[in-house]
Amino acid sequence: MSILVDHSTRLLVQGITGKAGGFHARSCMEYGTNVVAGVTPARGGEVFENKVPVFDTVYEARNETGCNASMIFVPAEFAADSILEAVDAGVELVICITEGIPVLDMMRVKAGMEGSSSRLIGPNCPGIITPGACKIGIMPGYIHKPGNVGVVSRSGTLTYEAVWQLSSRSLGQSTCVGIGGDPINGTSHLDVVKMFNDDPGTEAIILIGEIGGTAEEEAAEWIGRNCVKPVAAFIAGATAPPGRRMGHAGAIVSGGKGTAAGKIEAMHAAGIEVAITPADMADALLRRMAR
Amino acid sequence: MNIHEYQAKELLDKYGVANSPGGVATTPEEAEKIARSLGTNNLVVKAQIHAGGRGKGTFTNGFKGGVHLCKTASQARDIAAQMLGQTLVTHQTGPEGRPVRKVLISESVEIARELYLAILIDRTISAPVIVASTEGGVEIEAVAEHSPEKIVRMAVDPLLGLQPFQTRKLAKVLQIPSGEMRNACKLFANLYSLFIKCDCSMVEVNPLVITKGGIVLALDAKFNFDDNALFRHPDILAYRDLEEEDPREVEASKSNLSYIGLDGNIACLVNGAGLAMATMDIIKHYGGEPANFLDVGGGATEQQVTDAFKILVADKRVKAILVNIFGGIMKCDIIAQGIINAVKAVNLPVPLVVRLEGTNVEAGRKLLQESNLPVTSASDIADAAMKVVAAAQPA
Repeated sequence: MSILVDHSTRLLVQGITGKAGGFHARSCMEYGTNVVAGVTPARGGEVFENKVPVFDTVYEARNETGCNASMIFVPAEFAADSILEAVDAGVELVICITEGIPVLDMMRVKAGMEGSSSRLIGPNCPGIITPGACKIGIMPGYIHKPGNVGVVSRSGTLTYEAVWQLSSRSLGQSTCVGIGGDPINGTSHLDVVKMFNDDPGTEAIILIGEIGGTAEEEAAEWIGRNCVKPVAAFIAGATAPPGRRMGHAGAIVSGGKGTAAGKIEAMHAAGIEVAITPADMADALLRRMAR
Repeated sequence: MNIHEYQAKELLDKYGVANSPGGVATTPEEAEKIARSLGTNNLVVKAQIHAGGRGKGTFTNGFKGGVHLCKTASQARDIAAQMLGQTLVTHQTGPEGRPVRKVLISESVEIARELYLAILIDRTISAPVIVASTEGGVEIEAVAEHSPEKIVRMAVDPLLGLQPFQTRKLAKVLQIPSGEMRNACKLFANLYSLFIKCDCSMVEVNPLVITKGGIVLALDAKFNFDDNALFRHPDILAYRDLEEEDPREVEASKSNLSYIGLDGNIACLVNGAGLAMATMDIIKHYGGEPANFLDVGGGATEQQVTDAFKILVADKRVKAILVNIFGGIMKCDIIAQGIINAVKAVNLPVPLVVRLEGTNVEAGRKLLQESNLPVTSASDIADAAMKVVAAAQPA
């Protein structure tokens, strides 16, 4: 069992004829993901890798192929429009990999999605993988192992680090979700934790956060009250100076808010085992499971 | 990205946000001319640098204060002459100070009340929020601590924008006299329009003042812009002043690298912002101090890796270098080749610890091994951090 994606996922790739879009569409197909369609405006009628039909619009792709998830690799200037296009076509799960989307664009997208039944993951994220079943995104598939640990994270490579630690200790993963490093994103830590809590295939959770915002605190508070599964966490950026944006648009400590110390305190208060260093993530989960 | 005070005034003027009249000068003569044109005997001359604490700063020529009040145009000229071409040291510039190339001459208005007004994006509600307070002219954090009831927050609907009734409500919150209400509402609406049209992440007007003549003015405004949106604002990008930035960061931005200079002596080269922050954290955990944050990104080229490496090596404070790569899109052999190229081009003045994992890791490790470079390899992130901290210790 898993959340969000599995063998039944039928994937559309927006921006499939681009360099990055094509490369990662291929790598998802090699992993076994069922890629059913691509979209690039004005390139409709082409066939990707002798297999996947390319359409001009998501509307057509949805009607023709019944795709139920989309992976977006469209350049930042046009990505907001691509998200709204997928939502308008009724695609249930929209995963935006693109980084560098202006925050005001994402603000309008989020407001525009109000009331829609689509779920957005990202932007500026590595994607989602249910090991052995479906990979949507840019993560290296081979480090993952099917299993029962759910992973949710704002950061890409830090997620790989956690997964690698888990897999080397023979702890497989149910699903790994990268929610992205931007200040405004489609799905929060808390949204994913709730799904893991309800998923019979997930027995424990690793939550990876970073400085900036209050999403980790909100997730911690809910976990403390409601979560029936053991949770371990790591918060990156304890040594980051205030007022400086640490690569991710969302990773900034400002006005005394969003510090690593504050987040770690909230985690402790919720009974979450906090990894002391990024090398300690899987071991922290093992400690929490042994409690 | 930061901008100068005079540039902020230009933006306020462009969007019709009332502020004190003035102009920017690069010579004492220009300063005199601007002062004369203002037609007032209440003048202020301000040195233009990005750092704060100008008023209490000292120039390296001994002249005290980067902000001076004066009465006549010839006084303004004399003050400008003492500032221009000199270096101003404040508590924010560090001992080396900042060169002053421009001064702002403006009317020093007589203030009746100081207010606070800011617009920023509230990420928890994914909408702009206006923060207003009758307690202006001081740090808003201090107000938040002592009298939080005096800070009012008003969310703006992202699709509707700031509505006229909201500007009237703001005027009441700030206790603006009815006679000045129309002007105040216009100022609020224009400031909001500036915020949206320029893709700001924050605009802070502190103080917003009511003059003794009863006029509402944005006396000082600070802007933060969304870096991701600068591509559609060439006019704002042109405000960038490279002289005001860390030279290491300027060099890195030329190669499209995400770099932030810090004060320690262990340089890091990492892929991914989260892992880069975590690498800094673990260096500190084992008793070291990071010299920088550097994310080479997901799709870096061999050339970018070489450029990144050169920036690290050029930093004289650096006593050891840690490369920590978890290849996803980034392939480990690309990183390895970039390092080899850089080391061949610049030599390696300090110990180098490399930890590679992920896509094409075997090919990457093989390249490094066959290069015969003096590289210490590490098995995981903790091993890497311990090794680099030990390597940076004085022998």
